[in-house]
Amino acid sequence: MSETSVRRAGNRVFIAGVALLILWVLLPIWLLFVNALSAPAEVTGFPKRFIPSFDLASLSFFFGFSGVIDALWNSVKVAALTMILSIGVGAPAGYALSRFDFPGKETFRFLVVMTRAFPLPLLALPLAVMFIRTGLDDTILGLALVHTTLALPFAVLITFSLFSGIPLELEEAAWTLGCNRVQAFTKVILPLAAPGIAASAVFAFVISWNEVFAAAVLTVENRTLTAFLLQSLDVSPLPLKFAGGAALVLPALFFIFAVRKYLFAMWGIANR
Amino acid sequence: MAVIEIKQVAKSFGSFTALHSVDLTIADQEFMVLLGASGCGKTTLLRIIAGLETPTIGEVWIGGRRVDHLPPRERGIAMVFQNYAVFPHLTVFENIAFGLRMKKMDQAEVTRRVNRTAELMHIEQLLKRYSGELSGGQRQRVAVARALAMEPDVILMDEPLSNLDALLRLEMRAELKGVLAESNTTTIYVTHDQVEAMSLADRISVMNGGRIVQAANPVEVYRNPAARFVGSFIGNPPMNFLKAEPAGAGKWQVAGQVFDGPASAAAEFAIRPEDLHPAEAGLPAEVRVVEPLGPHTLVTASVAGQPFRAVLESNLLPAPGDVLHLAPVPDRIRWFDPATQSALR
Repeated sequence: MSETSVRRAGNRVFIAGVALLILWVLLPIWLLFVNALSAPAEVTGFPKRFIPSFDLASLSFFFGFSGVIDALWNSVKVAALTMILSIGVGAPAGYALSRFDFPGKETFRFLVVMTRAFPLPLLALPLAVMFIRTGLDDTILGLALVHTTLALPFAVLITFSLFSGIPLELEEAAWTLGCNRVQAFTKVILPLAAPGIAASAVFAFVISWNEVFAAAVLTVENRTLTAFLLQSLDVSPLPLKFAGGAALVLPALFFIFAVRKYLFAMWGIANR
Repeated sequence: MAVIEIKQVAKSFGSFTALHSVDLTIADQEFMVLLGASGCGKTTLLRIIAGLETPTIGEVWIGGRRVDHLPPRERGIAMVFQNYAVFPHLTVFENIAFGLRMKKMDQAEVTRRVNRTAELMHIEQLLKRYSGELSGGQRQRVAVARALAMEPDVILMDEPLSNLDALLRLEMRAELKGVLAESNTTTIYVTHDQVEAMSLADRISVMNGGRIVQAANPVEVYRNPAARFVGSFIGNPPMNFLKAEPAGAGKWQVAGQVFDGPASAAAEFAIRPEDLHPAEAGLPAEVRVVEPLGPHTLVTASVAGQPFRAVLESNLLPAPGDVLHLAPVPDRIRWFDPATQSALR
């Protein structure tokens, strides 16, 4: 076999691999949207049409379903609160990590990531007991606190890499030009970091939005959309599931796409 | 307008001592250059004066006021950074105006000062641009204009030209000297470039290993190095050093030649490469490399087994292997103590 034919074969394998990965990600999403936007009768049919029929019957049935709007609103409230809490706590931590040397800094960074090592099911029961004792059970705040612990490591890491990317000299220049520490931060660092902080906030929102386990365990009356769908999964018809799935996936997909540049930056991959 | 006094300032980072008890007084409106190789402590000293670093011990006084406990904004200084530190989210105008706005100056005065300093630095046509749309040289001009607009008592410059290409550096150097001379401020300028130091300074402080080895005007530093280090650091090529054997009271034998020298127990002979000329009797130099450079010829040789360089007239072109007899200009010979490395007079 000549060298060119080997290279050509290698190319084919590469393209096939890429195609497979694309299918792996896009096929379920495509199925979800085709079914969500099809008439209920078409959902069980096969083969699927590539372009859905844009029959809104499934979606309107879904939104008309009792409890869906409340659950959706709960999801938004919990996610928004999670976003505020994780940025409020995470961004200062990220700033401290990028600007100061303190004893145990590396250990702290490690522990931040370690929080993700505890399986949520393990924590859920003691948390539920504790929440019932403190009256936090079945509240928006209680669930947002749990979601914040999930989102916080990412908020810290993203803002850490964000602040590290802003030269210290800019801050020092601001100090010599008459700023105190707070003014230098608000006048120079914040405007430069704002898009990244927004991205990190959106990511926290999505984590909360998609979270299902804690939501299912810790809420009874005030269910979020994920918990609501999980609860009614076995009793609801197929079109409702697809419509619910699409309603969950769409915002998450949209937000993550909008902030992808910063998520890559978190892992040190330049995306130019 | 301010005198700067540095009194026994020392700085340690953990077990590493960056500065050993530095004393230095810089006169009002003086242009002081801190010169040294990287790691000698020059930038640390500048940052201590700026208030970006706190000294481990010692005092810093600016204009008769002790400032070492004050934050940078209360010291009456302005600083130009090595990487310019032009704010990317502001226009050139707002960059220059930044410090003035912090002082709550009224808009008319801000505009007047920005326009004046922009004109001074020849960037008046760039005022609406952002940092990303500027070249390195233009950013440097913005950084200097921003410092000048503050009309500070003291301007601190941390290797401001080191990121520019050679031609631009030459141009900016001359311009900086003119602009700063007119601004009536005291200037402290950090560089590792000896040519920059010589051309700009009223006085040079040569630093080595966290100490100021010599603080004097450029000609003095060049002609009468206070220590062997200064002679070997300043000058291109640097000073030549040769072993000397005692040959009677105040007489020293160097490579077979006898010279008048200091009356000390031991000494090292030193001469600058350009202070040599071929003669009947002189230091026997075996030529190794000959580099005709145009205005003169650089000869790398060995004298009694020790490396030796001479800058000779360009019509003189010896061949490698030749033995030249090089006579030093008598009043340019310098002597150093081999033990303490300091100059012997």
